[in-house]
Amino acid sequence: MSFNKELIKGIWKENPIFILVLGMCPTLAVSTSVINGVGMGIATTFVLICSNIAIALVRSYVPDQVRIPVYVVLIASFVTVVDLTMNGFFRGLYHALGIFIPLIVVNCIILGRAEAFASKNSVFLSIADAIGMGAGFTLALVMLGSIRELLGNGSLFGFPVFGGGYEPVLVMILPPGAFFTLGILTGVFSAVAKYRSKKWRKYVIQDLGKTTVVRERI
Amino acid sequence: MKEVIRLTVVLTVVCVLAGLSLSYVSDATEEARAYQDRLELLSSLNMVLPEHDNEPDSDAVIIDDVTYYISKKDGKINGIAFATSSDKGYSGAIRVMMGITPEGEIITIKILEQKETPGLGTKITEDWFIDQYKGKSLNNARWAVKKDGGDFEQISGATISPRAVTVAVRTGLEAYEKNKQEILGGGDVVQ
Repeated sequence: MSFNKELIKGIWKENPIFILVLGMCPTLAVSTSVINGVGMGIATTFVLICSNIAIALVRSYVPDQVRIPVYVVLIASFVTVVDLTMNGFFRGLYHALGIFIPLIVVNCIILGRAEAFASKNSVFLSIADAIGMGAGFTLALVMLGSIRELLGNGSLFGFPVFGGGYEPVLVMILPPGAFFTLGILTGVFSAVAKYRSKKWRKYVIQDLGKTTVVRERI
Repeated sequence: MKEVIRLTVVLTVVCVLAGLSLSYVSDATEEARAYQDRLELLSSLNMVLPEHDNEPDSDAVIIDDVTYYISKKDGKINGIAFATSSDKGYSGAIRVMMGITPEGEIITIKILEQKETPGLGTKITEDWFIDQYKGKSLNNARWAVKKDGGDFEQISGATISPRAVTVAVRTGLEAYEKNKQEILGGGDVVQ
Protein backbone atom coordinates (compact mmCIF):
# COMPACT_ATOMS: atom_id res chain seq x y z
CA MET A 1 0.00 0.00 0.00
CA SER A 2 2.61 2.48 1.13
CA PHE A 3 5.08 1.07 -1.41
CA ASN A 4 2.60 1.76 -4.21
CA LYS A 5 1.95 5.23 -2.90
CA GLU A 6 5.65 6.14 -2.99
CA LEU A 7 5.88 4.60 -6.45
CA ILE A 8 3.00 6.54 -7.98
CA LYS A 9 3.72 9.96 -6.47
CA GLY A 10 6.84 10.52 -8.61
CA ILE A 11 4.87 10.22 -11.82
CA TRP A 12 2.11 12.68 -11.09
CA LYS A 13 1.68 14.31 -7.70
CA GLU A 14 5.37 14.99 -7.10
CA ASN A 15 6.67 14.79 -10.66
CA PRO A 16 10.33 15.85 -10.31
CA ILE A 17 10.27 18.10 -13.39
CA PHE A 18 6.82 19.67 -13.52
CA ILE A 19 5.94 19.84 -9.82
CA LEU A 20 9.19 19.67 -7.80
CA VAL A 21 11.16 21.50 -10.55
CA LEU A 22 14.35 19.53 -9.86
CA GLY A 23 17.09 18.67 -12.34
CA MET A 24 16.40 21.46 -14.81
CA CYS A 25 19.89 21.50 -16.36
CA PRO A 26 19.84 18.01 -17.94
CA THR A 27 16.14 18.44 -18.74
CA LEU A 28 16.70 21.56 -20.80
CA ALA A 29 19.96 20.36 -22.32
CA VAL A 30 19.21 16.83 -23.52
CA SER A 31 15.51 16.93 -24.41
CA THR A 32 16.22 17.66 -28.08
CA SER A 33 14.99 14.24 -29.20
CA VAL A 34 12.89 11.39 -27.81
CA ILE A 35 15.75 8.92 -27.82
CA ASN A 36 17.96 11.29 -25.81
CA GLY A 37 15.16 11.64 -23.28
CA VAL A 38 14.73 7.88 -22.94
CA GLY A 39 18.49 7.35 -22.57
CA MET A 40 18.97 10.06 -19.97
CA GLY A 41 15.86 8.89 -18.10
CA ILE A 42 16.99 5.28 -17.85
CA ALA A 43 20.57 6.15 -16.86
CA THR A 44 19.34 8.55 -14.17
CA THR A 45 16.78 6.06 -12.83
CA PHE A 46 19.51 3.44 -12.48
CA VAL A 47 21.83 5.74 -10.52
CA LEU A 48 18.89 7.00 -8.45
CA ILE A 49 17.93 3.47 -7.38
CA CYS A 50 21.56 2.64 -6.44
CA SER A 51 22.09 5.85 -4.50
CA ASN A 52 18.73 5.66 -2.69
CA ILE A 53 19.49 2.09 -1.55
CA ALA A 54 23.01 2.99 -0.39
CA ILE A 55 21.88 6.10 1.45
CA ALA A 56 18.95 4.39 3.13
CA LEU A 57 21.40 1.71 4.31
CA VAL A 58 23.99 4.07 5.81
CA ARG A 59 21.61 6.80 7.00
CA SER A 60 21.83 5.90 10.70
CA TYR A 61 25.66 5.82 10.73
CA VAL A 62 26.28 9.15 9.03
CA PRO A 63 26.46 12.19 11.33
CA ASP A 64 24.15 15.00 10.25
CA GLN A 65 26.92 17.57 9.76
CA VAL A 66 28.75 15.59 7.08
CA ARG A 67 25.78 13.92 5.40
CA ILE A 68 25.89 16.01 2.21
CA PRO A 69 29.59 15.30 1.45
CA VAL A 70 28.97 11.62 2.15
CA TYR A 71 25.98 11.55 -0.25
CA VAL A 72 27.96 13.34 -2.93
CA VAL A 73 30.85 10.86 -2.62
CA LEU A 74 28.44 7.92 -2.84
CA ILE A 75 26.57 9.31 -5.86
CA ALA A 76 29.76 10.25 -7.72
CA SER A 77 31.16 6.76 -7.07
CA PHE A 78 28.04 5.07 -8.47
CA VAL A 79 28.13 7.23 -11.56
CA THR A 80 31.81 6.39 -12.13
CA VAL A 81 31.13 2.67 -11.68
CA VAL A 82 28.29 2.86 -14.23
CA ASP A 83 30.54 4.82 -16.58
CA LEU A 84 33.46 2.36 -16.38
CA THR A 85 31.29 -0.75 -16.61
CA MET A 86 29.35 0.50 -19.61
CA ASN A 87 32.60 1.58 -21.25
CA GLY A 88 34.04 -1.92 -20.89
CA PHE A 89 31.05 -4.14 -21.59
CA PHE A 90 28.31 -2.23 -23.38
CA ARG A 91 30.13 -0.02 -25.85
CA GLY A 92 27.09 0.64 -28.04
CA LEU A 93 25.02 1.86 -25.12
CA TYR A 94 28.01 3.80 -23.79
CA HIS A 95 28.23 5.79 -27.01
CA ALA A 96 24.51 6.46 -27.05
CA LEU A 97 24.46 7.71 -23.44
CA GLY A 98 28.13 8.73 -23.16
CA ILE A 99 27.65 12.45 -22.70
CA PHE A 100 24.78 12.04 -20.21
CA ILE A 101 26.54 9.80 -17.70
CA PRO A 102 28.86 12.46 -16.20
CA LEU A 103 25.89 14.84 -16.21
CA ILE A 104 24.02 12.59 -13.77
CA VAL A 105 26.38 13.60 -10.94
CA VAL A 106 25.17 17.18 -11.16
CA ASN A 107 21.51 16.19 -11.50
CA CYS A 108 19.94 17.53 -8.33
CA ILE A 109 17.11 14.95 -8.43
CA ILE A 110 19.61 12.40 -7.13
CA LEU A 111 20.88 14.51 -4.23
CA GLY A 112 17.38 15.90 -3.70
CA ARG A 113 15.83 12.46 -3.21
CA ALA A 114 18.78 11.36 -1.04
CA GLU A 115 18.22 14.32 1.25
CA ALA A 116 14.42 14.49 1.17
CA PHE A 117 13.56 10.81 1.17
CA ALA A 118 16.25 8.11 1.41
CA SER A 119 17.88 9.68 4.48
CA LYS A 120 14.58 9.40 6.39
CA ASN A 121 13.02 6.17 5.11
CA SER A 122 13.66 2.43 4.87
CA VAL A 123 15.49 0.79 1.97
CA PHE A 124 12.22 -0.73 0.75
CA LEU A 125 10.38 2.60 0.49
CA SER A 126 13.49 4.31 -0.92
CA ILE A 127 13.51 1.87 -3.84
CA ALA A 128 9.86 2.70 -4.57
CA ASP A 129 10.66 6.40 -4.38
CA ALA A 130 13.63 6.00 -6.75
CA ILE A 131 11.64 4.01 -9.31
CA GLY A 132 8.73 6.44 -9.18
CA MET A 133 10.90 9.54 -9.44
CA GLY A 134 12.95 7.94 -12.22
CA ALA A 135 9.78 7.08 -14.12
CA GLY A 136 8.41 10.61 -13.65
CA PHE A 137 11.69 12.11 -14.85
CA THR A 138 11.81 9.79 -17.88
CA LEU A 139 8.18 10.55 -18.72
CA ALA A 140 8.81 14.28 -18.53
CA LEU A 141 11.92 14.04 -20.73
CA VAL A 142 10.06 11.91 -23.28
CA MET A 143 7.20 14.44 -23.41
CA LEU A 144 9.61 17.35 -23.88
CA GLY A 145 11.73 15.38 -26.34
CA SER A 146 8.76 14.32 -28.50
CA ILE A 147 7.37 17.83 -28.78
CA ARG A 148 10.74 19.37 -29.54
CA GLU A 149 11.83 16.68 -32.00
CA LEU A 150 8.46 16.65 -33.76
CA LEU A 151 8.29 20.42 -34.24
CA GLY A 152 11.98 21.14 -34.55
CA ASN A 153 13.07 18.26 -36.74
CA GLY A 154 9.82 16.80 -38.10
CA SER A 155 10.65 13.34 -36.76
CA LEU A 156 10.03 10.99 -33.82
CA PHE A 157 12.69 8.49 -32.67
CA GLY A 158 14.67 9.72 -35.70
CA PHE A 159 12.01 8.66 -38.23
CA PRO A 160 10.46 11.42 -40.33
CA VAL A 161 6.79 11.89 -39.44
CA PHE A 162 5.70 14.73 -41.67
CA GLY A 163 6.19 14.67 -45.43
CA GLY A 164 9.03 16.45 -47.19
CA GLY A 165 7.01 19.67 -47.37
CA TYR A 166 7.32 20.29 -43.63
CA GLU A 167 9.63 23.13 -42.70
CA PRO A 168 11.03 22.37 -39.20
CA VAL A 169 10.69 25.07 -36.57
CA LEU A 170 14.40 25.17 -35.85
CA VAL A 171 14.08 27.17 -32.65
CA MET A 172 12.38 24.21 -30.96
CA ILE A 173 15.59 22.15 -30.83
CA LEU A 174 17.67 25.16 -29.91
CA PRO A 175 17.89 26.18 -26.22
CA PRO A 176 14.91 28.62 -26.35
CA GLY A 177 12.66 25.76 -27.52
CA ALA A 178 13.48 23.91 -24.31
CA PHE A 179 12.24 26.84 -22.22
CA PHE A 180 9.06 27.31 -24.29
CA THR A 181 8.13 23.63 -24.06
CA LEU A 182 9.01 23.31 -20.39
CA GLY A 183 7.01 26.43 -19.53
CA ILE A 184 3.91 25.30 -21.39
CA LEU A 185 4.03 21.74 -20.01
CA THR A 186 4.58 22.96 -16.45
CA GLY A 187 1.58 25.25 -16.88
CA VAL A 188 -0.57 22.40 -18.21
CA PHE A 189 0.51 20.17 -15.31
CA SER A 190 -0.37 22.67 -12.62
CA ALA A 191 -3.65 23.63 -14.33
CA VAL A 192 -4.72 19.98 -14.40
CA ALA A 193 -3.54 19.47 -10.82
CA LYS A 194 -5.59 22.49 -9.75
CA TYR A 195 -8.66 21.30 -11.64
CA ARG A 196 -8.48 17.86 -10.03
CA SER A 197 -7.78 19.23 -6.57
CA LYS A 198 -10.34 18.50 -3.86
CA LYS A 199 -9.20 21.35 -1.65
CA TRP A 200 -11.16 24.59 -1.77
CA ARG A 201 -10.32 28.00 -0.48
CA LYS A 202 -13.16 30.26 0.62
CA TYR A 203 -12.99 34.03 0.39
CA VAL A 204 -15.47 36.31 2.02
CA ILE A 205 -15.52 39.67 0.30
CA GLN A 206 -17.33 42.55 1.95
CA ASP A 207 -17.82 45.49 -0.31
CA LEU A 208 -20.20 48.40 0.15
CA GLY A 209 -22.17 46.47 2.75
CA LYS A 210 -22.63 43.54 0.34
CA THR A 211 -21.11 40.18 1.29
CA THR A 212 -19.99 37.84 -1.44
CA VAL A 213 -18.55 34.37 -0.86
CA VAL A 214 -16.10 33.11 -3.49
CA ARG A 215 -14.92 29.53 -3.62
CA GLU A 216 -11.77 28.59 -5.50
CA ARG A 217 -9.84 25.36 -5.94
CA ILE A 218 -6.23 25.31 -4.69
CA MET B 1 36.92 18.46 19.79
CA LYS B 2 35.66 14.91 20.09
CA GLU B 3 32.88 15.76 17.63
CA VAL B 4 35.37 17.12 15.07
CA ILE B 5 37.37 13.89 15.25
CA ARG B 6 34.23 11.78 14.80
CA LEU B 7 33.17 13.73 11.70
CA THR B 8 36.68 13.57 10.24
CA VAL B 9 36.90 9.83 10.81
CA VAL B 10 33.49 9.12 9.20
CA LEU B 11 34.20 11.25 6.16
CA THR B 12 37.71 9.82 5.75
CA VAL B 13 36.43 6.25 5.98
CA VAL B 14 33.72 6.90 3.39
CA CYS B 15 36.16 8.56 0.99
CA VAL B 16 38.81 5.85 1.38
CA LEU B 17 36.22 3.11 0.82
CA ALA B 18 34.88 4.91 -2.25
CA GLY B 19 38.42 5.38 -3.58
CA LEU B 20 39.29 1.73 -3.03
CA SER B 21 36.17 0.42 -4.72
CA LEU B 22 36.64 2.78 -7.66
CA SER B 23 40.23 1.66 -8.18
CA TYR B 24 39.03 -1.95 -7.98
CA VAL B 25 36.33 -1.38 -10.63
CA SER B 26 38.79 0.55 -12.78
CA ASP B 27 41.29 -2.33 -12.65
CA ALA B 28 38.63 -4.97 -13.22
CA THR B 29 37.30 -3.26 -16.34
CA GLU B 30 40.64 -2.11 -17.77
CA GLU B 31 41.15 -5.15 -19.99
CA ALA B 32 37.58 -5.07 -21.26
CA ARG B 33 37.89 -1.37 -22.06
CA ALA B 34 41.19 -1.88 -23.93
CA TYR B 35 39.60 -4.74 -25.88
CA GLN B 36 36.60 -2.60 -26.81
CA ASP B 37 38.95 0.23 -27.83
CA ARG B 38 40.80 -2.08 -30.23
CA LEU B 39 37.52 -3.48 -31.63
CA GLU B 40 36.36 0.04 -32.22
CA LEU B 41 39.63 1.06 -33.89
CA LEU B 42 39.50 -1.99 -36.15
CA SER B 43 35.90 -1.41 -37.08
CA SER B 44 36.50 2.24 -37.95
CA LEU B 45 39.64 1.26 -39.92
CA ASN B 46 37.67 -1.34 -41.84
CA MET B 47 35.05 1.26 -42.57
CA VAL B 48 37.44 3.79 -44.12
CA LEU B 49 40.06 1.51 -45.70
CA PRO B 50 39.73 -0.57 -48.87
CA GLU B 51 39.83 -4.36 -48.76
CA HIS B 52 43.15 -5.52 -47.30
CA ASP B 53 44.94 -8.67 -46.14
CA ASN B 54 47.25 -7.23 -43.47
CA GLU B 55 46.56 -5.88 -39.98
CA PRO B 56 46.56 -2.10 -40.34
CA ASP B 57 46.83 -1.51 -36.61
CA SER B 58 50.20 -3.26 -36.47
CA ASP B 59 51.41 -1.85 -39.83
CA ALA B 60 51.37 1.69 -38.51
CA VAL B 61 53.75 4.64 -38.73
CA ILE B 62 53.76 7.41 -36.13
CA ILE B 63 54.75 10.89 -37.34
CA ASP B 64 54.17 14.09 -35.34
CA ASP B 65 51.99 12.17 -32.83
CA VAL B 66 49.63 11.03 -35.59
CA THR B 67 49.37 7.30 -36.22
CA TYR B 68 49.04 6.40 -39.90
CA TYR B 69 47.50 2.94 -40.35
CA ILE B 70 48.54 1.37 -43.62
CA SER B 71 46.43 -1.19 -45.44
CA LYS B 72 48.02 -3.55 -47.94
CA LYS B 73 46.68 -6.02 -50.47
CA ASP B 74 49.15 -8.60 -51.84
CA GLY B 75 52.00 -6.64 -50.25
CA LYS B 76 51.10 -3.38 -52.01
CA ILE B 77 49.86 -0.31 -50.14
CA ASN B 78 46.30 0.50 -51.18
CA GLY B 79 45.17 2.87 -48.47
CA ILE B 80 46.14 4.92 -45.43
CA ALA B 81 43.91 5.72 -42.47
CA PHE B 82 44.52 8.27 -39.74
CA ALA B 83 42.66 10.36 -37.23
CA THR B 84 42.58 14.11 -37.53
CA SER B 85 40.80 16.66 -35.42
CA SER B 86 39.70 20.24 -35.14
CA ASP B 87 39.10 22.19 -31.96
CA LYS B 88 36.84 24.59 -33.88
CA GLY B 89 33.72 22.53 -33.13
CA TYR B 90 30.70 24.20 -31.51
CA SER B 91 31.36 22.42 -28.23
CA GLY B 92 34.70 20.72 -27.98
CA ALA B 93 36.93 18.98 -30.46
CA ILE B 94 35.68 16.98 -33.43
CA ARG B 95 37.78 13.92 -34.29
CA VAL B 96 37.58 12.40 -37.73
CA MET B 97 39.00 9.13 -39.01
CA MET B 98 39.88 9.45 -42.67
CA GLY B 99 40.81 6.83 -45.21
CA ILE B 100 42.71 7.94 -48.30
CA THR B 101 44.37 6.36 -51.28
CA PRO B 102 48.19 6.62 -51.48
CA GLU B 103 47.69 9.49 -53.99
CA GLY B 104 45.84 11.51 -51.36
CA GLU B 105 42.24 11.07 -52.54
CA ILE B 106 39.63 10.51 -49.83
CA ILE B 107 38.02 7.07 -49.78
CA THR B 108 35.65 8.02 -46.98
CA ILE B 109 35.65 9.62 -43.55
CA LYS B 110 34.08 8.70 -40.24
CA ILE B 111 33.32 11.03 -37.34
CA LEU B 112 34.94 9.44 -34.29
CA GLU B 113 34.05 11.93 -31.63
CA GLN B 114 31.89 15.02 -31.48
CA LYS B 115 29.90 16.85 -28.84
CA GLU B 116 27.85 19.06 -31.16
CA THR B 117 24.28 20.17 -30.44
CA PRO B 118 22.01 17.11 -30.69
CA GLY B 119 19.74 17.36 -33.73
CA LEU B 120 21.73 20.21 -35.28
CA GLY B 121 25.51 19.91 -35.32
CA THR B 122 25.21 16.13 -35.00
CA LYS B 123 24.01 16.04 -38.61
CA ILE B 124 27.71 15.95 -39.54
CA THR B 125 27.56 12.21 -38.78
CA GLU B 126 24.81 11.60 -41.35
CA ASP B 127 25.56 9.84 -44.65
CA TRP B 128 24.64 12.71 -46.98
CA PHE B 129 27.16 14.92 -45.20
CA ILE B 130 29.95 12.32 -45.12
CA ASP B 131 29.40 11.36 -48.77
CA GLN B 132 30.35 14.76 -50.11
CA TYR B 133 33.96 14.21 -49.01
CA LYS B 134 34.35 10.99 -50.99
CA GLY B 135 36.77 11.21 -53.92
CA LYS B 136 37.94 14.70 -52.92
CA SER B 137 41.62 15.63 -52.69
CA LEU B 138 43.56 18.83 -52.08
CA ASN B 139 43.65 19.46 -55.84
CA ASN B 140 40.05 18.86 -56.88
CA ALA B 141 38.04 20.77 -54.28
CA ARG B 142 37.84 24.14 -52.58
CA TRP B 143 38.27 23.25 -48.90
CA ALA B 144 35.69 25.43 -47.18
CA VAL B 145 31.93 25.37 -46.65
CA LYS B 146 29.75 27.01 -49.33
CA LYS B 147 29.10 30.03 -47.14
CA ASP B 148 32.87 30.69 -47.10
CA GLY B 149 33.18 30.18 -50.86
CA GLY B 150 34.05 26.49 -50.79
CA ASP B 151 32.53 23.26 -52.09
CA PHE B 152 31.05 21.71 -48.97
CA GLU B 153 27.46 21.92 -47.73
CA GLN B 154 26.77 23.63 -44.43
CA ILE B 155 23.84 22.77 -42.17
CA SER B 156 21.24 25.44 -41.57
CA GLY B 157 21.49 26.59 -37.96
CA ALA B 158 24.86 24.90 -37.54
CA THR B 159 27.58 26.24 -39.83
CA ILE B 160 30.31 25.85 -37.25
CA SER B 161 30.28 22.04 -37.14
CA PRO B 162 30.64 21.44 -40.93
CA ARG B 163 33.30 24.13 -41.03
CA ALA B 164 35.26 22.32 -38.30
CA VAL B 165 34.98 18.97 -40.10
CA THR B 166 36.15 20.54 -43.36
CA VAL B 167 39.12 22.17 -41.63
CA ALA B 168 40.00 18.91 -39.86
CA VAL B 169 39.94 16.93 -43.10
CA ARG B 170 41.95 19.55 -44.98
CA THR B 171 44.58 19.65 -42.20
CA GLY B 172 44.78 15.87 -42.36
CA LEU B 173 45.29 15.87 -46.12
CA GLU B 174 47.98 18.54 -45.82
CA ALA B 175 49.81 16.60 -43.11
CA TYR B 176 49.68 13.50 -45.29
CA GLU B 177 51.00 15.36 -48.33
CA LYS B 178 53.88 16.75 -46.24
CA ASN B 179 54.91 13.39 -44.79
CA LYS B 180 53.93 11.20 -47.72
CA GLN B 181 57.42 9.78 -48.41
CA GLU B 182 57.98 8.88 -44.80
CA ILE B 183 54.54 7.28 -44.37
CA LEU B 184 54.77 5.12 -47.47
CA GLY B 185 58.37 4.30 -46.52
CA GLY B 186 59.29 3.35 -50.07
CA GLY B 187 56.80 0.46 -50.02
CA ASP B 188 55.07 -0.75 -53.15
CA VAL B 189 52.01 1.26 -53.96
CA VAL B 190 48.97 0.10 -55.91
CA GLN B 191 48.83 2.02 -59.17
